[in-house]
Amino acid sequence: FPGLADVSISQDIPVEGEITVPVGSHSPDEDYSTLDEPVKDTIMRDLKAVGKKFVHVMYPRKSSALLRDWDLWGPLVLCVSLALMLQGGSADSKDDGGPQFAEVFVIIWFGAVVITLNSKLLGGTISFFQSLCVLGYCVMPLTVGMLVCRLVLLAGAGTVSFIIRLIVVGAMFAWSTLASTAFLADSQPPNRKALVVYPIFLFYFVISWMILTFTPQ
Amino acid sequence: ITCLVMYLFAEFDDAANLLAANPDATTISIDEPVEIPKNQHSHLQEPGREEDDELLGTDDSDKTELLAGQKKSAPFWTFEYYQTFFDVDTYQVLDRIKGSVFPVPGKNFVRLYIRSNPDLYGPFWICATLVFTIAVSGNLSNFFIHLGKPTYHYVPEFRKVSIAATTIYAYAWLVPLALWGFLMWRNSKVMNIVSYSFLEIVCVYGYSLFIYIPTAILWIIPQKVVRWVLMVFSLCLSGSVLVMTFWPAVRDDNRRIAVATVASILLLHALLAVGCLAYFFDAPELDIPAPIIPAHNATTVITKSH
Repeated sequence: FPGLADVSISQDIPVEGEITVPVGSHSPDEDYSTLDEPVKDTIMRDLKAVGKKFVHVMYPRKSSALLRDWDLWGPLVLCVSLALMLQGGSADSKDDGGPQFAEVFVIIWFGAVVITLNSKLLGGTISFFQSLCVLGYCVMPLTVGMLVCRLVLLAGAGTVSFIIRLIVVGAMFAWSTLASTAFLADSQPPNRKALVVYPIFLFYFVISWMILTFTPQ
Repeated sequence: ITCLVMYLFAEFDDAANLLAANPDATTISIDEPVEIPKNQHSHLQEPGREEDDELLGTDDSDKTELLAGQKKSAPFWTFEYYQTFFDVDTYQVLDRIKGSVFPVPGKNFVRLYIRSNPDLYGPFWICATLVFTIAVSGNLSNFFIHLGKPTYHYVPEFRKVSIAATTIYAYAWLVPLALWGFLMWRNSKVMNIVSYSFLEIVCVYGYSLFIYIPTAILWIIPQKVVRWVLMVFSLCLSGSVLVMTFWPAVRDDNRRIAVATVASILLLHALLAVGCLAYFFDAPELDIPAPIIPAHNATTVITKSH
C-alpha cells in the first residue's frame, strides 16, 4: 500500500539516560526508556492523545494533529459503546428487530474501510489509517446522540419524544458529516470532492437511521 | 491512414507509460479535432467534446476497444490498476447519471457517456444507495401504513438491509457477467460490429439502476395505483437505456436470439423492480372496512385520522 508510507510514529520516544562509560554488564533495557517509566505515565500519554482528538472533533478546525497522530483506540471505544447502546431494542430475538452487535460493528468498520478505499482510489493523498481514524472519531457526535436518545426514551416513547430524538439525531448527523468533511476534504483532488464526500454522507446517514429507529422493548 | 493511426498509438503508449510511472502528473494533450478523445486529466478536452459526441455516435467499436486496452497498463496486483477504474470526475459521474435518467432515443449510453472509460464508482455507490433507500423507504412506508393500529409495534426490520444488499449487488454484478459471457459466446459464432467489455456492461447496469432511487422514495406513498405507475415509468426509462445499449450488439445475430436476449434483459429488470416492491413494501390496506368506498376517498379518510 503506497498510502502507508506516510504513517508516522505517534509519540516521540523521549531519550533519557546517563552518559557514562559503561562498566560491567550493559542492560538492553536502557535503550527503550518507556519501560522504565511508571505504567501510569504510558497510559496517561495515550489517554491524553485520545482525549485531544475528541476535543478536535467537538470543535472541528482544520488541524493536522488529528491526521498526523492517528490511533484507533477512540474509534474502537465509540463503536463498542454505540453497538452496546443499540442493544436491548425491540424484538431482539426475532428477525425483524434492530441491528445486532456484530452488525453494527461490521457496518461501522467495513463502511469506514470502503470509504477509505474509495477516497484512495479516487486519488486522495490521505493514508489508510489516518482516514479510518478520522471517520471513527467523527462517530462521536452520533454516539452522544444515541446516549441522549436513550435518556429521552426513558422518559417516554410518544410523538414528542420522537420529535426531540429526530432533531437531536439530525443535528448530530450534520455535525459528524461536517466534522469529517472538514478533515478529509482537503486531501482530495479538487474536481472529485463531491465524489468523496457523498459516501461519507451515506455512511453517517445509515448510522443515524439505526439510532433513530431504535425502539425499546 | 494506418501510418497516422500507428503514430498516434505510439504517442498513446508513451503517454500511458508516463502516466503509469507518475499517476498524479497532470498531462495536457492538444486535441486534434478529428481524433479520438484521450482520457487523461486534460481540460483542453472540454471544447472538443461536442465534436467527439457526434463522431463517436457513429464510430465503430474496435478503435475504442484498442484504446481501452491501452489504458490499463498496470499489472492487476498493483493499486494503480484499480485506480484506473475510478478515473472519473464529479461532472462525468453526474453526466452519466443524467444520461441514464433521460435516455436520448437513438444514442447509445455506452458510446455517448462511457466512451472507453468505464468506472466502478457509479455502479458501486448507486447500488449501495439503492440498497439503503429501499430498506429505509420500505420501513417508513410500512410504518405509515400500519400507524394507528392498536396492535402494531414498530420494528426497524434491519434484516431486510442484508437481503436488499445481496439481491441488488447480485443483480448488478452477476447479470452483467452472464450477459457478457453470452455476448462473447455469440460473438464467436456471429461477427458482431459492436461488442462491450465486461466493465462497460457493469457500468450500464449500475447507472441504469439510478432511476430506482427516487422511485423507491416515492414508493412510500401508500397507494397501489401510484406505485404501479411509478414502477412502469421507471422501468420504461431504465429499460430503454438497456435496450438501446444492447440491441446494436445482438441485432446482427439470428433474429430470434436477438429478440430473446433483449426480452430476457427487460424481464430480469422488471423482476427486480416487482420483487423489491412486493418484498420491502407492504400492500397498502384500507383502514375503513367499507369495500365500496373508492380508493381516493379512503386515502382522504386515512390522512384525516392522523
